[in-house]
Amino acid sequence: MSRDELRKALLGCLSRIAPEADVAALRPGERLRDQVDLDSVDWMNFLVGVHAAVGIDVPDADAARLTTLDQLIDYCAVRLPSRPSG
Amino acid sequence: MIEFRLPSLGSDMDKGTLLEWRVQPGDTVKKGDVVAVIDTTKAAIDVECWHDGTVEALLIEPGDEVPVGTVVAVLREAGETAEQVRARIDALRSAPAVPTPQAAPVAAAEPGRAAVSPAARRRAAELGIDPNGLAGTGAGGAITLADVEAAAARAHAPGRAEVMRQTIAAAMSRSKREIPHYYLAEDVPLAAATAFLAEHNAARSVTERLLLAPLLLQAVARALQRYPDFNGFFRDGAFIRGMGIHVGVAITLRSGGLVAPALRHVPTKDLDTLNRELLDLVQRARAGSLKASELSDATITVTSLGEQGVRSVFPIIYPPQVAIVGYGRVLERPWVIDGVVRPVPLVTASLAADHRTSDGHRGGLFLAAVRELLQRPRELAQAIP
Repeated sequence: MSRDELRKALLGCLSRIAPEADVAALRPGERLRDQVDLDSVDWMNFLVGVHAAVGIDVPDADAARLTTLDQLIDYCAVRLPSRPSG
Repeated sequence: MIEFRLPSLGSDMDKGTLLEWRVQPGDTVKKGDVVAVIDTTKAAIDVECWHDGTVEALLIEPGDEVPVGTVVAVLREAGETAEQVRARIDALRSAPAVPTPQAAPVAAAEPGRAAVSPAARRRAAELGIDPNGLAGTGAGGAITLADVEAAAARAHAPGRAEVMRQTIAAAMSRSKREIPHYYLAEDVPLAAATAFLAEHNAARSVTERLLLAPLLLQAVARALQRYPDFNGFFRDGAFIRGMGIHVGVAITLRSGGLVAPALRHVPTKDLDTLNRELLDLVQRARAGSLKASELSDATITVTSLGEQGVRSVFPIIYPPQVAIVGYGRVLERPWVIDGVVRPVPLVTASLAADHRTSDGHRGGLFLAAVRELLQRPRELAQAIP
C-alpha cells in the first residue's frame, strides 16, 4: 500500500465517522481532532475503522501521541506488512 | 388487526414526514423490524414496528407529514383474513390523516381576479406577500390562508439546522418555564477509574478497549437504582417512575444541534457491552440513522461537555424527564489524601433536578452515590442480572 493509498484509506475511515467533514481540505500537519471536532468516542470509532481498513492496531499508549494525519500515516506506513512505495 | 401509528419521537417532536416505506403490502413483519424512515426536525429516524404481522395497507405516502399517533399502516395478525380488516382500512383511508383547517369565508372576487379569503389577505399583508399573484387552491380558485403560508414557506424554506434550533428552543424554553430546577455539583476523584481503564486497555486490541464515558454512564445508572426518584417523568402533575433505567446520551451534531438517544437497561449491562453500544449510538447519531425507540425511551439524560474543555456544566432538564447529569473535563488537580496534597484526576459531576419531584438533600445523596460508585470501577464493569 503506497502512502497515497494509506492516506485515502485513513480519510475514508474519517468520512464514515464524520460524513459532513470536508476531508480533502484537512491540513495534514495540524491536530485532526480540532479540525474535525472529534470527541473520544469518534476517535475510538476512527481507530477501530483504521484497524478494519488497513489491519493496524494502534495501542492505547501510542494513540494519545498520534494527533495529526501526517503522524498517523507515518505510524501506519512503517507497520504495514510491505514497506510503502511512495 | 394492528393499527400501526407513528410513534413518539421524543417530547420535542410532534410530527414527522415519511421519507420511505421499508415494507410493502404482503410483507411479513417481525417485532423490532424497521418499517419506515421518518424525517423529523432533528434527523431521519428508522421507525420500528413492535408487533408481528403481515402488512395489509400503507396509509400514507413518501412526502406526507403526519402528527405523532396517526395510523400510518394496518397489519394483519396471524389467523386474520384481508376481509376482516378491509372495513377498518376503508374507514381510515376516507378519514384525512391530517386535519384540514376550517375553510374561511371567501371575499367576492373582483372581476378578472381570484378571490382571497380575509384570513389569507391579512396573513399576506403580515408577510409582505401580494396575494393576487398566487395560485389559489380554494373553491373557484380562491386564495386561501394555506396558499399564503405555502408561498411564504417557499420563499423561506428553513434548513435542518434552523428547524432543529427551533425544536431545541421550544423544548428548553418549556423546561425553563415549567421546571423549577435546582443545581448541585460534586468533584469526583477518578484515580481508581482511570487506573482500571489503563490496565484493562494496555494489552487489548482497539476493538476491545474501553472508554471512560460508559463507566461514567454506568455510575449514574447504578446510582439511580438506589435513588429511583430521579429516573422517570413528570406528567399531569405527578412523578411517574421510569420502566427501566434508560440513559439518554446528549450527542452534539457537527452540523449543529444535538440529539439524546437512549442506551436501554444500562444497569444490566457489562462495560464491554455498554462501550460497544455507546460507540455504535454516537456513530449512528452523527450519521443520521437512529431508531425511533432510541429517541423516545430515555428516563434521564447525561451530558459530557468536558471534552470541549469546560470544567463543569449546569445542564437543562429535557422534559418530561426530571433530572440530567453533567460531567465536565477530567483534569489533574490537587487533592488532599490522608493529609497530603496529591495530583489526582478529577471530574466535576453536576445534577440539575426537578424540585417538584425531589429536594436538594436527595440530589446530594444521589451525586454522592455516583462519586462512591466511581471509586469501585471493577464492580461497575460487571453486569447486574
